[in-house]
Amino acid sequence: MTDFSHSTPSAATEPRKHGGSLLAQTARTRKRNAAEKRFRAYGIAAIAAGLAMLLVLVVTIVSKGTGAFQQTFVTLNVELLESKLDKNGNRDLDDIKKVTTFGYAPIIKGAMEAAVEELGIETDLKSKELAGILSKNAAAQLREYVIANPDQIGETVEFRFLASSRVDGYLKGRVHRDSIANDKNISPEQLDLVDELAAAGVLKKTFNMDFITGADASDARPEAAGMGVSMLGSLFMMFVVLALALPIGVAASIYLEEFAPQNWLTDMIEVNIANLAAVPSIVFGILGLAVFINYMHLPTSAPLVGGLVLTLMTLPTIIISTRASLKAVPPSIRDAALGVGASKMQAVFHHVLPLAAPGILTGTIIGLAQALGETAPLLLIGMVGFIASNAPESLADGLLAPNSAMPAQIYEWAKRADPAFYERAWGGIIILLIFLVTMNTLAVILRRRFERRW
Amino acid sequence: MNDMTLMDSTVDTQPTKIAAKNVNVYYGDSHAIKDVNVEIEDKTVTAFIGPSGCGKSTFLRCLNRMNDTIDICRVKGDILLDGEDIYDKRVDPVQLRAKVGMVFQKPNPFPKSIYDNVAYGPRIHGLAKNKAELDEIVEKSLRRGAIWDEVKDRLDAPGTGLSGGQQQRLCIARAVATEPEVLLMDEPCSALDPIATAQVEELIDELRASYSVVIVTHSMQQAARVSQKTAFFHLGNLVEFGPTGQIFTNPEDPRTESYITGRIG
Repeated sequence: MTDFSHSTPSAATEPRKHGGSLLAQTARTRKRNAAEKRFRAYGIAAIAAGLAMLLVLVVTIVSKGTGAFQQTFVTLNVELLESKLDKNGNRDLDDIKKVTTFGYAPIIKGAMEAAVEELGIETDLKSKELAGILSKNAAAQLREYVIANPDQIGETVEFRFLASSRVDGYLKGRVHRDSIANDKNISPEQLDLVDELAAAGVLKKTFNMDFITGADASDARPEAAGMGVSMLGSLFMMFVVLALALPIGVAASIYLEEFAPQNWLTDMIEVNIANLAAVPSIVFGILGLAVFINYMHLPTSAPLVGGLVLTLMTLPTIIISTRASLKAVPPSIRDAALGVGASKMQAVFHHVLPLAAPGILTGTIIGLAQALGETAPLLLIGMVGFIASNAPESLADGLLAPNSAMPAQIYEWAKRADPAFYERAWGGIIILLIFLVTMNTLAVILRRRFERRW
Repeated sequence: MNDMTLMDSTVDTQPTKIAAKNVNVYYGDSHAIKDVNVEIEDKTVTAFIGPSGCGKSTFLRCLNRMNDTIDICRVKGDILLDGEDIYDKRVDPVQLRAKVGMVFQKPNPFPKSIYDNVAYGPRIHGLAKNKAELDEIVEKSLRRGAIWDEVKDRLDAPGTGLSGGQQQRLCIARAVATEPEVLLMDEPCSALDPIATAQVEELIDELRASYSVVIVTHSMQQAARVSQKTAFFHLGNLVEFGPTGQIFTNPEDPRTESYITGRIG
């Protein structure tokens, strides 16, 4: 035996428990570190996958939907012939209204011919085909204008007509010369004319406010369809949801959280509220159909009914989030209030509720955003389809007159045959997402702004 | 008479403020307080001591019915405040709590201004007719809470922005602002440093002039310093109750002696 081995007998007989030198990792440590590294990599991969999907989603929506915000217009000088529009010449509105859109067709044809002539464009197209590049809505557009401004009859006015969806599609690259071989709505000659008019600056693609403010249009006139009226439908529904779900939800939560005794009944209620939050929305839709429409005879397709159904759907969300934020208020605050002789209600309304308010507000906004994007129940109560062609004129009208809502409008467009509607569906999704993102951002900001830490 | 009567003589003259008779408290199936009988005197500091979980805080919370907020808690027996049973059906706990104020273990100021913290009690009880009177009450209470000089220039600042010791004194000021007759203190100094503790203890001694103070404490030194009467609780039983001096120097029960000398607890 050497002196060295003698001085460290334990090292020779039994190995030290946690390895020799601290500078060298033991096999076990290496294994654990490797496992941790692997887990981190999985996490990063998961996040990257999520972000990639989000990116694909956003890019797809934006690339497909932005087209809907632009529309092709043809600017023409229109001579509003008195002989056609007001034969009696006394500008009597009732007489003017008697002239249907058929009466306006010749005027539009004439304006189109004049424009072609003025620009010196040579074409074999007949006047009817010339006017065919305009929207089928053009006559109605002009009639509306004349009824609003009867004093303009007899004058020549510059008017901006919607181009037909085929022309619009041609300018946006959706319609090609080889793709229209069997298309009765447009011919290659008409596209030649479109090229010339575009070169002359008469036909232009510009931002289309009407898509944001307008009403839905029939199948033959996709270029005239807009989101505006269904947006109002959604707005009125949200109005109903907010007016009903917030007070009912908050009152129910305060009672359950602060006042109700703990027994099997309240336990049952609690479980059922949690279950209700997970009920598919279409179930609420059919419930609304059975109760509000079939039994209570509320009007079909009305935002009021939509709002009632969405209230049922939003209530559990609001109750759950309100209870969570009430629970988050430390009990010491309640003790403090009770300790100075406040009644339970005073303690709740003076101290607990103000502290829980940001959380309640956040939950409400998220519940509303959820309701705003809900489609299925609206299908069942008839809020889908080509319903409203005019914006509601009063509050009662807004609540009771048939209307659609944003997501139902998007569904309706996506379901129609013309690809021009398909583009509008994507455009509608952009508008809907802007609303949802705004609401959720607001919720986050409110939470950040008013969040209190104890 | 032995040496201890020196202290007793100043105490014994006080009338009984709260009398507890055969009080039993249950949390569901567990029996938290067993047959406690105690008489708490007016204008006296009474300390409750005992190991953790012995029921002293539970008993304290019975005295202003704060236990009502706990669903599973049941109280049996009589607790008389000035001869009236506070658990009588006709008693409104809110009215009771205005008479029996409470200071909690953890400083719990409302997340409002210092002024509003103190003014809240007087406001809900309608103690002030106008702003001037309310201002007066707030100032008086903050002075009694020995915190006026520190906060008089920033009454609009949030109460939660004060230091721990200041917060606790603010809570005491808030409690005295409603002019209670009894002040319950549940380990008021457990979250405080020695300096803040000393300030609060000094304050308790001053409060004795006007109130009956009941204090729960884990610190036997504190009980010895501030109280005239001490009750020792163990496993839900009131083991011994008597003048503080006697409890600490000449306890009758061996359990009290063991606790005081550090053998149990």
